Amino acid sequence: MTNFDPALVDWSRAQFALTAIYHWFFVPLTLGLSFIVAFMESIYVKTGNEEWKRITKFWMTLFGINFAIGVATGIILEFEFGTNWSNYSWFVGDIFGAPLAVEGIMAFFIESTFVAVMFIGWNKVSKKFHLASTWLTAIGANLSALWILVANSWMQYPVGVHFNPDTARNEMSNFWEVLFSPVAINKFLHTVSSGYVLAAVFVIGISSWFLLKNRQIRLAKMSMVVAAVFGLVMSVFIILTGDHSAKLMAKYQPMKFAAMENVYEGQSKAPLVVIGLFQGKNETTGKEEFAAKLEIQNFLSSMAFMDANAFVPGIKDIIEGNAEHNIMPTSERIAKGKLAMDALKGYGEAKKTNDTEKMAQSAKVLEENYRHLGYGSLSAPTDIIPPVKLTFYSFRTMVFLGFWFVLLFVLALIYLMKNKIDHKKWFLRAALISIPLAYLATQLGWVVTEVGRQPWVIQDLMSVATGVSHINTGSVITTFFIFLVVFTVLLIAEVKIMVKQIGLGFKDGGNE
Amino acid sequence: MFETLSHTALQHYWWILVSLLGAILVFLLFVQGGQSLIYQIGKTADSRKLILNTVGSKWEFTFTTLVTFGGAFFASFPLFYSTSFSGAYWVWFIILFAFVVQAVSYEFRSKPENFLGTKTFDAFLFVNGLLGTILLGAAVSTFFTGSNFTIDSQRHSEWTMATRGLEAALNIQNLSLGLAVFFLSRVLAILYFFNTISNEEVITSSRKHLLYNAAPFVVFFLMFVGFLIFSEGFAVDPVTGNVSMEPYKYLHNLIQMPLVAVLFLAGVVLVLAGIIMPVLSFDKWRDKAIWMAGVGTVLTVFSLFLVAGFNNTAFYPSVADLQSSLTIANSSSSHYTLTAMSYVSLFIPFVLAYIVFAWRAINNKKADVKDLENEHVY
Repeated sequence: MTNFDPALVDWSRAQFALTAIYHWFFVPLTLGLSFIVAFMESIYVKTGNEEWKRITKFWMTLFGINFAIGVATGIILEFEFGTNWSNYSWFVGDIFGAPLAVEGIMAFFIESTFVAVMFIGWNKVSKKFHLASTWLTAIGANLSALWILVANSWMQYPVGVHFNPDTARNEMSNFWEVLFSPVAINKFLHTVSSGYVLAAVFVIGISSWFLLKNRQIRLAKMSMVVAAVFGLVMSVFIILTGDHSAKLMAKYQPMKFAAMENVYEGQSKAPLVVIGLFQGKNETTGKEEFAAKLEIQNFLSSMAFMDANAFVPGIKDIIEGNAEHNIMPTSERIAKGKLAMDALKGYGEAKKTNDTEKMAQSAKVLEENYRHLGYGSLSAPTDIIPPVKLTFYSFRTMVFLGFWFVLLFVLALIYLMKNKIDHKKWFLRAALISIPLAYLATQLGWVVTEVGRQPWVIQDLMSVATGVSHINTGSVITTFFIFLVVFTVLLIAEVKIMVKQIGLGFKDGGNE
Repeated sequence: MFETLSHTALQHYWWILVSLLGAILVFLLFVQGGQSLIYQIGKTADSRKLILNTVGSKWEFTFTTLVTFGGAFFASFPLFYSTSFSGAYWVWFIILFAFVVQAVSYEFRSKPENFLGTKTFDAFLFVNGLLGTILLGAAVSTFFTGSNFTIDSQRHSEWTMATRGLEAALNIQNLSLGLAVFFLSRVLAILYFFNTISNEEVITSSRKHLLYNAAPFVVFFLMFVGFLIFSEGFAVDPVTGNVSMEPYKYLHNLIQMPLVAVLFLAGVVLVLAGIIMPVLSFDKWRDKAIWMAGVGTVLTVFSLFLVAGFNNTAFYPSVADLQSSLTIANSSSSHYTLTAMSYVSLFIPFVLAYIVFAWRAINNKKADVKDLENEHVY
């Protein structure tokens, strides 16, 4: 495995980050709004109230605009694994490809078939068939998320595989272990529920705008009720899955956890820094120092390990090792990783000459050191420290916003029940402003997940530098800027169309 | 059930599935064909709208089939995925960009305040119809003409041409298949219009354009088939795995796999019949022609894929280093993964069934401009 030009790695990462961020601008709304629209249409079919049909069609129009651009940005991501991360693609293709193919066969076709019925079938199919299509679109969209998140979770916590030196790749040995890995289940639930919360905030925010403008108040309030109930349930759920996500991270990705919490020296009874302001890096130790912080004693140990006395390893413990807590120094892992890499190379050479004895020896060394394989491509132990400040701030901003959304949904329900929401102008404005905040929160969740696990493309097994395709850096820079321009233009178009459609209000379908 | 099959049997099974997906994809490119005809058949804004709404209700099928085709290739033959997509970087990115702009154009083109204007989105759809078909055809043709890459013992690939796949478009055989696919997509689109549109102006114009597109399709397709039959092919020694050039390899494949040859010939006959019958008797064949040509397209493309990958043939050959060529044996996923995926493939008939059901439900009568008034309009 070769390390390539650092600029190539950076630009390839930048391109993937750019396309993933753009894709994730549209996906969460698709995930959540599809269900909200399905709830609304269900009420229409159940009650026969034409107002609910108008409401359904209005939100469905916004769903359609958003859905198209989500699809457009998604296709790039699928193929980008091959174009820009070809070494990674081979290394994991035996595992990663299967969820992707399952996703194509089982989820994408449900979504694409029934979304067509949902949009153009109002006058062509029965009410019940149309409603079933709307639900199937929502289920298909969410199933699509399942498989890709299973694949992502495997990269964070690789399970259910063995390494085959003959093919120089990981091969799946247990599909169910990959599918039902605790990280995969939690990641799916946490991620899709972030989409539900975002969509609920979106509906409440837009409905608030109608109330502020004193337009179509009844329909806006009816929309708000559905969104607030859905949002409240899902925001509680997102807190629970978020908490579990942090626990899994502490267990399986301790360096990411240490960076996210800025724990430099590990300790028992570790305090949780609720908020903190960095002053800079200590040049001698490399520790990020706080200028000010607000702490809760013992809370980090309790939250991460359900035990106030539990030891939370810090960045220093992971780099330098901690014999008391059985943490191997990173330098030792690098040495073992190099042994594994050399053994893999030796295995290949021995195979060419049919030297079975050397093949067996190399395979044994490789097996013993395989879990350190990725470390072999690192040059220094500190390479495994992800960007601390970005991870720390991203996590806290996401969490604070998550709690704000709970409050938003609670207040919306209280004001709606008391029939006072029209008069709460401050609340309506806050709800409107919360729309971009919901997008920010969900993007920051991915920043924590992906930036926090650097330098790994597969935890401990492959670094980003090893996984990258060997392409001319100039080509990647060119495609990066083409993406930037194309996606930005499309985003502007989408926002302008959305704003116009919202301005048209709850007509019969919104755009007709 | 699948566990008991050998690795070779599973590799063949998955090559059949990937081939079938590729074949269905080429049929569904009638959507792209319709988009590339908007300026020739759609003389007015209304007729363009009618054309785009007719094929527009199917764009997601084509798009999803493309995505699934890519996913299935990744899952079953990951070494092809990692080698081709990184190597032929520019070809694949141009294809992808052509599909990115398609996906938004339908939804955005007729919406007020759409920033770029309807004409720009229509131009995007035209570009998708032009580049998407030609480049996909040219890319598939490299299965027979070869590409420029090497692969080391750890399966890391290197592309040896700085043009990153664009060089494929300069090969006349690749170009002939690319153009054949382009004109075929237009022929299929016209036959689809016959089936779904009642507007006289569009139908009259479509009838005129059928032969304009069918003629170049036949010429380019025959050119490609001529190259294919008379050229050397990339043969694999089943014992050693060594790849060597064999004269008339693809002709030999057709002769040695008679069922594939029958499928190929039946496919070609059906496509030609689908073109000729509505010319001879329009009223009788206007509804059926698309299905005849569609089935013919699927059979032809399917058999071409089998010729590329079966009978000890390298399906993704390297002209830079013959021994780096990819075969279904050396590029596939493990036995376990192919087995697991094969169980998933049992859902395919179910998927096809609900697609047909939904398609029928929304295509229950021929469309005219006035029908668009109460619909979700692109």
